[in-house]
Amino acid sequence: MAMRFPRLGTSQLLALGVILLANWMVSPQFFDIRVQDGRLFGSLIDVLNRGAPVALLSIGMVLVIAMRGIDLSVGAVMAICGAIAASLADSHALPVVLAAALGAGLLCGLWNGFLVAVLGIQPIVATLILMVAGRGIAQLITEGRIVTFTSPQLAFLGGGSVLGLPTPVVLTLGMMALTLLVVRGTALGLMIEATGGNPRASALAGIGTKLITVAVYVWSGLCAALAGIVASADILGADANNAGLWLELDAILAVVIGGTSLFGGRFSILLAVVGALIIQAMNTGILLSGFPPETNLVVKAVVVLAVLLAQSPRLGGALAGLGVLFSRATSGGPRR
Amino acid sequence: MHATETPPRPLLAVTGFSKSFAGFVALDRVDFTLRPGEIHALLGENGAGKSTLIKTMTGVVTRDAGTMGLDGVEIAPRSAEEAVRMGLATVYQEVNLAPNLSVAQNLFLGRQPTRFGLVREGEMRRRARALLAEFGLSIDVAAPLESYSVAVQHIVAIARAVDQSARVLILDEPTASLDAHEVEVLFAVMRQLKARGIGIVFVTHFLDQVYAICDRITVLRNGRLAGSAPIAEMPRLDLVRLMLGRELSEATTERPPRTEDAPAAEVAAFRGFGKEGMVAPFDLTLRAGHVVGLAGLLGSGRTETVRLVFGADRADCGTAEVAGRAASIGSPREAMALGFGYCPEERKTEGIVADLTVRENIVLALQARRGALSPLSRREQDAIAAKFIRLLDIRPPDPERPIGLLSGGNQQKALLARWLATAPRLLILDEPTRGIDVGAHAEIIRLIRELCAEGMALLVVSSELEELVTYADEVIVLRDRAHVARLGGEQIDVASILAAIAEAPAAPPAAA
Repeated sequence: MAMRFPRLGTSQLLALGVILLANWMVSPQFFDIRVQDGRLFGSLIDVLNRGAPVALLSIGMVLVIAMRGIDLSVGAVMAICGAIAASLADSHALPVVLAAALGAGLLCGLWNGFLVAVLGIQPIVATLILMVAGRGIAQLITEGRIVTFTSPQLAFLGGGSVLGLPTPVVLTLGMMALTLLVVRGTALGLMIEATGGNPRASALAGIGTKLITVAVYVWSGLCAALAGIVASADILGADANNAGLWLELDAILAVVIGGTSLFGGRFSILLAVVGALIIQAMNTGILLSGFPPETNLVVKAVVVLAVLLAQSPRLGGALAGLGVLFSRATSGGPRR
Repeated sequence: MHATETPPRPLLAVTGFSKSFAGFVALDRVDFTLRPGEIHALLGENGAGKSTLIKTMTGVVTRDAGTMGLDGVEIAPRSAEEAVRMGLATVYQEVNLAPNLSVAQNLFLGRQPTRFGLVREGEMRRRARALLAEFGLSIDVAAPLESYSVAVQHIVAIARAVDQSARVLILDEPTASLDAHEVEVLFAVMRQLKARGIGIVFVTHFLDQVYAICDRITVLRNGRLAGSAPIAEMPRLDLVRLMLGRELSEATTERPPRTEDAPAAEVAAFRGFGKEGMVAPFDLTLRAGHVVGLAGLLGSGRTETVRLVFGADRADCGTAEVAGRAASIGSPREAMALGFGYCPEERKTEGIVADLTVRENIVLALQARRGALSPLSRREQDAIAAKFIRLLDIRPPDPERPIGLLSGGNQQKALLARWLATAPRLLILDEPTRGIDVGAHAEIIRLIRELCAEGMALLVVSSELEELVTYADEVIVLRDRAHVARLGGEQIDVASILAAIAEAPAAPPAAA
C-alpha cells in the first residue's frame, strides 16, 4: 500500500497543482494568506473552507463506491439534517441539535443500506428514492420556509475557527482522520475492497458482505449529515430547496477523480478528498478569473476528463474496449 | 466411429469448422451433419467446443475456416438475425425473450401484424393462440411472459423460432432448469417438430434425456470431433468414454495401497441432506485423513452438493452433524465457524479478488473469521503470505503482486493457501486442477495427499478421474442431480467410476 499511493496519486496531485497555478495566474494574490483575529484568511483557505461539504460527502461516498454502490441521496440528506439543525438550534442545546441531525443522517443511511443489502435493490435506484423524497422531507421540516437561527454555538461550526483554521476544515480533517482510523485501522478496508472487487468470492470467504454494505451507507449518511450541519451553520439557516443541491454529483466526481473505480474495489479516502479540492479549486478559480460562472461547468468537465485520461493506466486498452463494445452492440448477438 | 449407412440428404452439413481465440483453438476441423426430422444430441464436457460450434453456425462468432450447407445451398450467416432468416434458429438456456412483454408480443416481436402502421393487438393475440395451440399450449397470451414457468417460456421461444420458418432448431441446454414433468412437455413439442421434418440440435448434460429422445449423437472433446453415431450404435459407456476421453485400457492407474485400519474419526456427517431443484437428498460422511471424491458429468450435482455442504446454498432437508454435534449450516460464515473451507470451481468469479494482492487474497478468509475488529497486523499478514508462498511454491513469489496477474495454477495455490491459513478440519475442493498447467496439477495432488496425511478431511470434486482414483478413499458418483453410487477401497478405479456414471455394467478392463 505504501508503494501504491504516491504512484496512484501523482495525476491527482499534479492536477491540483496545475489548477492552483492557473488560479495564481488569473489572481496573483491567490497564494496570499494573512492572519486576522487569530484566523487564517486567503483564497487558498477559501478553497479548503468552501470545499469542506463536498469533501465530507466524498469521504462517505468513496466507501460506498468501493463497495460497487452509489449514494445519490447525500445532497437530500444534507438538506434534511441541515433543516433539523436549523430548526432546533435556537430552542435546544448544541449537543441535542447535533445528535438529532446526525441521528437523522444515520437513519437515512440505514434506510439506504436496508434497501440495497436486504431488499437487493440496485444502489442507484435505492438511493434515488431518498434523493427525491429527502428534499420533500426537508421541506416538511422547514414547513416550506427558509428557517433561520441565531445560535452562536451552531454558527461557530460554519463560520468559526479552530487554531486559525475555519471550523468546516477542521471538521473535515477530523472526519477524514476518524474514517481512516475506522477503515484502515481495522480490517474493514480490506473487506470493503475485497467485497467491491468480487462480492461472490468475498461472501464465500466468510465476509459479512450485507452488514458491511449497510455500514458504508450509514457512514455516508453520517458524513452527509455533518456536511448539512456545516452548510446550515454557514448561512445561519436552512434552505430546503437548495441546500446540498447537486452536491451528490460533485461527491461522486471527487471519488472518481480520486481514482476509485465505479466498479468497486481499491479506494483511497485521501485522494477522494483531493478530488473534492480539485473541484473546489476550479470553482474558485473561475470566480476569481471573472469569467461568467456559467463557464464553470464546461471547464469542470474538461478538467475532469483530463484527470481521468491521465490516470488511465492504458488509454489504448480503453479505446480497444470501446471498439469491442461497439462491435458487440452492432452485432447484437445473444449472450452465450 | 463413422456411420456407414447411406443417409438421406442432409438438412444441414457443416464441414471443417475451425475457430481460434487469441491462439487458443476452440474448434478444430469439426464436421457436423443434421438430417431432416432428426433430433441430434451435441455433447461434450465444459470447453469441448459445443458453444463455439453453435455460435459459429449461427454467425454470432465468425469462423476461421469451414463451410456450411443448408439443403445443399451454402450459407454463411453473419449474425444471429441473419441465421434466423436463413432458417437456423437457436433457443438458449436463458430464454432471450423480453420477460416483461406479453406472450403474444414476444411471439411477434419485430414482425407484428399491422394495419396503417398500427399494431393489430387482436389479430396478434389470435395468431399467437393458434400458434401455441399447435404445441398443445393453451395459455393467456396477453399475460407477461415472466408469469409463466421456464418450460412454457422455452416453448414460446421455440414456437417463435419455428413460426419464423426455422428449418433447423438449436436447443442449448433447454432442460437444465426444468423438472421431470416439464421436460416431458418439452419433449412432446420436440417430437412434433421432428414429425414436421425440422432438424433439432439438442445440447444437454443429461444422458437419460439423450437416450430418451435423440436419434443421433455427436461428441466434441477439446474442440475436436470425438465421435458421431446413431444412438443405437453408441451405448452409454462408450458415450461417457468419448466425452471424458478415457480408454478403459488406461484405467488401471497406479494407486498407492491403503491400510484399511479402524475407521478414522468422523469430522462431519450429513443425513438426507439436499435441496429441491439442486440435488436429491444424500448421505455423506467425512472422516479425518480421508478423501471423499465426487465424480460425475458436468451438471450432475457435484458442485451443488459441495455448495450445500459449505452453506453457500441452504439445504431444505436433512441434518448435519459436525464433530458429533448437530450443526446448522446456513451460510459460508457458519460453515467456516465449524472449520470448513471451500475452494470453488469458478476461480475467477467466486475465488480470487483480482485487484487485491496475493497477500490480501491469502489472508482474506482468516481475517473474515477473526472479524473486522481484530485485524491481522501487517507483520502477521506478511508472515502468513510468506509461509504459504514458500510452502506451495507460488510464483512469482511476490506477495504484493495483484493476484489477477498470476497464472491459473498459482491463483489456485493462493486460494488453497487462503483456506489452509484458517486451518480447516474439512477442506472442500471443487475441480482443484481445472485449467491449470501440468506442473501445478502434480503439486496440488501432492498437497491433497499431504493434507490428508496430516488428518484433514477432504471432499474433492474432480473430472480428472485418473487423478481422483489415486487419492480418494471413497468415490461418490452422481448422475442427474442425485448420488447414485458409492465406491470404496478396491472398487475405486476409473472403469468402475465410468460405468457408474453411465449406469451400465462395468466392462472388464481387458475387453477394451
